Amino acid sequence: MSVPLFLLLAVLLVAAALTVVAHPSPVYSACALVVTLFLLSVFFVGLDAQLVAVLQVIVYAGAIVVLFLFVIMLLNLTQTEQRPTPGAPLVAVAVGGGVAVVTLVASALRRVTTPSAPGLPAGFGETAALARRLFTAYLLPFELTSILLLVAIVGAVGLAKRRL
Amino acid sequence: MTETAWLRWIILLPAAGVLFHVFVGRRATAAVKIVGPGLVGAAFAVAVAAALRLRALPAGGLLRDHLYTWIVAGPFRAEAALRLDALSAVMALVVTGVGFLIHVYSVGYMAGDRGFARYFAYLNLFMTAMLILVLADNLPLLFVGWEGVGLCSYLLIGFWYEKTENAAAGKKAFLVNRIGDAGFLLGVFLLAWTLGRHGFWTLDFATIERHRDVLAAATVGGWSVPLLVGLLLFVGATGKSAQLPLYVWLPDAMAGPTPVSALIHAATMVTAGVYMIARLHAVYELAPAALTVVAAVGAATALFAAVIATAQTDIKRVLAYSTVSQLGYMFLGLGVGATGAAVFHLVTHAFFKALLFLGAGSVIHGLGGEQDMRRMGGLRAHMSVTFWTMTVAALALAGVPPLSGFFSKDEILSSAFTGPHAVPALGVVGLVAAALTAYYTGRLVCLTFLGPSRVSPEAAHHLHESPPVMTVPLAVLAVGALAGGLLPVPAIVGQAGEAEAPLALMALAALLAAAGLALAYQLYVVRPDLPATIAVRLGGFYRLVRDKFRVDELYDALVVRPLFAAADVGARGIDPKLIDGVVNGAGVLVATTSGLWRRVQTGNVQHYALSFLIGALLLLGYYVGR
Amino acid sequence: MPGTAPLTWYLGLSATLFAIGAVGVLVRRNVIVIFMAIELMLNAVNLTFVALARSLGSMDGQVIVFFVMSVAAAEAAVGLAIIIAMFRNRETTNADELVTLRW
Repeated sequence: MSVPLFLLLAVLLVAAALTVVAHPSPVYSACALVVTLFLLSVFFVGLDAQLVAVLQVIVYAGAIVVLFLFVIMLLNLTQTEQRPTPGAPLVAVAVGGGVAVVTLVASALRRVTTPSAPGLPAGFGETAALARRLFTAYLLPFELTSILLLVAIVGAVGLAKRRL
Repeated sequence: MTETAWLRWIILLPAAGVLFHVFVGRRATAAVKIVGPGLVGAAFAVAVAAALRLRALPAGGLLRDHLYTWIVAGPFRAEAALRLDALSAVMALVVTGVGFLIHVYSVGYMAGDRGFARYFAYLNLFMTAMLILVLADNLPLLFVGWEGVGLCSYLLIGFWYEKTENAAAGKKAFLVNRIGDAGFLLGVFLLAWTLGRHGFWTLDFATIERHRDVLAAATVGGWSVPLLVGLLLFVGATGKSAQLPLYVWLPDAMAGPTPVSALIHAATMVTAGVYMIARLHAVYELAPAALTVVAAVGAATALFAAVIATAQTDIKRVLAYSTVSQLGYMFLGLGVGATGAAVFHLVTHAFFKALLFLGAGSVIHGLGGEQDMRRMGGLRAHMSVTFWTMTVAALALAGVPPLSGFFSKDEILSSAFTGPHAVPALGVVGLVAAALTAYYTGRLVCLTFLGPSRVSPEAAHHLHESPPVMTVPLAVLAVGALAGGLLPVPAIVGQAGEAEAPLALMALAALLAAAGLALAYQLYVVRPDLPATIAVRLGGFYRLVRDKFRVDELYDALVVRPLFAAADVGARGIDPKLIDGVVNGAGVLVATTSGLWRRVQTGNVQHYALSFLIGALLLLGYYVGR
Repeated sequence: MPGTAPLTWYLGLSATLFAIGAVGVLVRRNVIVIFMAIELMLNAVNLTFVALARSLGSMDGQVIVFFVMSVAAAEAAVGLAIIIAMFRNRETTNADELVTLRW
């Protein structure tokens, strides 16, 4: 991805992320989350991960955030928080921690020698390539994931039901 | 040396008595009256037979009874074996003979007591232990008997333990003896170690005597081993035989029943120290300095106790101090090299002192429990057998010829002046003590039996002569006190070179005895008002003597109180504050720190998430920084 | 391609998103928003994986992202069910009031 495009999208992305975290209303946060996910999807396309980008839109933005909004609307949680931020010490520590994370990673990255990019094989990021890896080397995790989803379904239904 | 299997019965018969009295006694009081004395009488018979057998052997022979090998510890060996030579034969006969008479007497004295069977159990146990002591073939076994008699002394002094003073007296006896025993053990260890260094890992008396030369040359830390051993063993003897400074338990021991006082604290147990030194005279001969110490302590004790006895009012107390004093004579005899004379005095003393105690018991019994001589008097008319037998004993104690006490005391005194280790100064001390002995003895008889009656009305109502089961032993002992002087004890037991008493000394001793008795008669029968006047004139000194020189109080201040104070520091200070503090403190520490730490569990998930973040940061920082 | 964004930039961006998500988890009190911040963190990780997959030329990174997404979906479903259950019991979605496991 070219540098100017990257910078633009990066700024937008960070802005949207901050909105998710900082906005008092949960609905606005959910919408900002959708924007964030879309922008990430664009990044994925720029990184030759086309299938993943599509999946991001379909699964994350299309299902998970919708689920969030369902719950918000169902329980009528649209009220804004009384005081969006709790005690100052906690905020200070949290923000400090966040900054620390970034600083540390940045200092680590400074010392990283970027591996010389080998030429990308043909069909990199396409469905066939992903599927090939998925159904050979990662077959076991794939099957386990399906069981996990089953468990999640049962769990979600069981937890949310009014009467078992 | 002749092997035999008889000697063990002298010990086993009383031991069987213990078992009988412990397990069967309480339900069979009538049987106890027969079994108790009977077994001791049987032991006496066996002792007599053994002694006759010994006499039939050539001179220097001895009987030995080996039971089994007792201790095997590396190269060290101690056998459970008994020996009968002249010395132990004399001791065994005295112990079983006098013991038998006292058992018979006890049947009458202790009749109706709730602990009748328990009493005989203890008494038989005592006989067993004492016989082990005198018949032992080696020092460890002797020590077993030594400790055993100490235990029985404690049990019997505190026999009527419901009264706290009696229990306390028992404890005092045991504890003071313990101090002596510590010295005794140190002496035994030193002896064993010295002999062991030269390859002789055993402590039987034959070996000790055989290897005298080894001991003679041995030194440790610059000190001569025989001297140290002699002194340390003598420490044990001062405890067991109530000499200065460890005599304080004996007067208190009068809290026990009177036959106990007669047997243990007059005739037998207290003589254990004398026997022990006599038995080990081979060691003591190698250390003349130790012998001098023994003689000096003995003479000093004899005088000291005699002085105290002149001012006591309790009849048993007078006899107790008299015993301490007479034991001093025996040690004086041992110290000046007159072993035979000392043992001779031991035998005669057993007769007349036991008789005096039993007689006192008869008086106390007849008066229904009165022991204060100021409330006696004129009992001659009512208790004639007791009176005559006690008078015989008193004359023997005072040293009036031709009774037994005169001869034995005289032999000791003459050895003090002219014997192999003579110390004439101590002989003079002995003469002074002899005069005092006669005085206090006469005082006792006069106050108790002669003069007008000062008996209280309730006691007078009670007054009667004791039953035959008590008076017959008195009579038998009186014969011993009378004629005991004829026994050839010094010849049997003594060593060569013991002096024969010169006539001048004999006359002087007899004169002193007469003078003492006459003075007592004058003060307590003819002019009974005089003693009070004299006491007032002597003022402070009299009170000091009457209060037994306040030695008990001195020990209390010097030893008992500091120990209690130290224990107090431990019990009230260190234990609750330090130790409990540490233990409780550990608990408090845990509780406090957990009280602080639990506040981390706020229940707020976001706080937990913060901790995750911080942890992750630290980890990240570590890897980045590496 | 001239002026392609270097790998380190992607990783830095990812770290920034992650930090923003972490702060959001710690600071917000509405549990729904906390959840959204968690999703944000997960997405930051996804970005890291994809960037590195391209850089190393291996499809494994994208496969991992696939799995992350499916697990995130399952987790979101269950988490929201829990929130519904909690709301039914306590009428609140304020994280500060859900502290029964306190000392």
